[in-house]
Amino acid sequence: MVGIVLISHSGPLAAEVAALAAGICGVGADVPLAAAGGTEDGGLGTSAELIAAAVGSADRGDGVLLIPDLGGSVLAARLFEGPGVVVADVPFVEGAVAAAVTASAGGSLEAVLAAAEESRNFRKL
Amino acid sequence: MDADFFVAWIEEAARSVRDRKDELTRLDAAIGDADHGSNLDRGFTEAVKALGDRRPGTPGAVLALVGNTLIRKVGGASGPLYGTAFREAGKALGEAPEVSAGDLAGALAAGVDAVRRLGSAAEGDKTMVDALAPAAEALAEAVRAAPESPGAAVAEGRGPAGALEAAAAAALKGAQATIPMQARKGRASYLGPRSVGHQDPGAASAALIVRALCTVAAR
Repeated sequence: MVGIVLISHSGPLAAEVAALAAGICGVGADVPLAAAGGTEDGGLGTSAELIAAAVGSADRGDGVLLIPDLGGSVLAARLFEGPGVVVADVPFVEGAVAAAVTASAGGSLEAVLAAAEESRNFRKL
Repeated sequence: MDADFFVAWIEEAARSVRDRKDELTRLDAAIGDADHGSNLDRGFTEAVKALGDRRPGTPGAVLALVGNTLIRKVGGASGPLYGTAFREAGKALGEAPEVSAGDLAGALAAGVDAVRRLGSAAEGDKTMVDALAPAAEALAEAVRAAPESPGAAVAEGRGPAGALEAAAAAALKGAQATIPMQARKGRASYLGPRSVGHQDPGAASAALIVRALCTVAAR
């Protein structure tokens, strides 16, 4: 299953969006969702070490999608780009939910990325 | 220039960033999140510590270690940006035990290109690129104008120190030129026209770091 890492300047924001996406996927979906928010000492910012650990924990061998929120999160995420690790330029919440649902259905990394990108066009009204 | 020279550069850059920490933070408070001085101070302090713990044998390895340390220890956007710049500059220097001003010019250009790619930033966006790009160009130009024949360069008072003086002057000029610019990248870009009239903190710190290179070369 494709893994998903949520990267934010805020630890609680990344953790809660991961929890929301997991909740929407439903009980037993078991999508590898990991959060990497804030600095190691719990402040606002990004930590390459937390991101590395999150990528490691979300990687089940089928690829990992990184979803950063903004600014430095995007730069930090891009440091991890490589074979099987892709950064998604998508809305943080909508992208996370679309990616998680697609991953839980067994989608490939390309399909999960495409679903996340499609979420950019979701209209609320 | 050998590994010791590059270690001395990082030590001088760390000292300079510490001395100007409050000023960098003040610049960042105007158009950013007021952490640039303390973030960079922490990163360079850790870089000096890492070099002390495990002194690499080549200029390339010194810069790689500095880059990796900045990426790990600077929580803001400047960590990935400076970290990538140092890593790519280190890669460009390869495994040579000593490098020339020409090699350094190539490495600085590689570092600036990496920052441009990572941040999708161009000159005029009011970022560190506005200081780094002119510095890289000035260094390359100075090296072209005074090709290295060490004896002649010393006799004419040039050599790396002269070329690096040109680079440091260009970086400072570039940093000051960000004052009237409207930010197009980074947090300051949310401010739109209100970002005009403030020097970009990343460009200011970049000018300090390039100046440190010149200070060490002039010793």
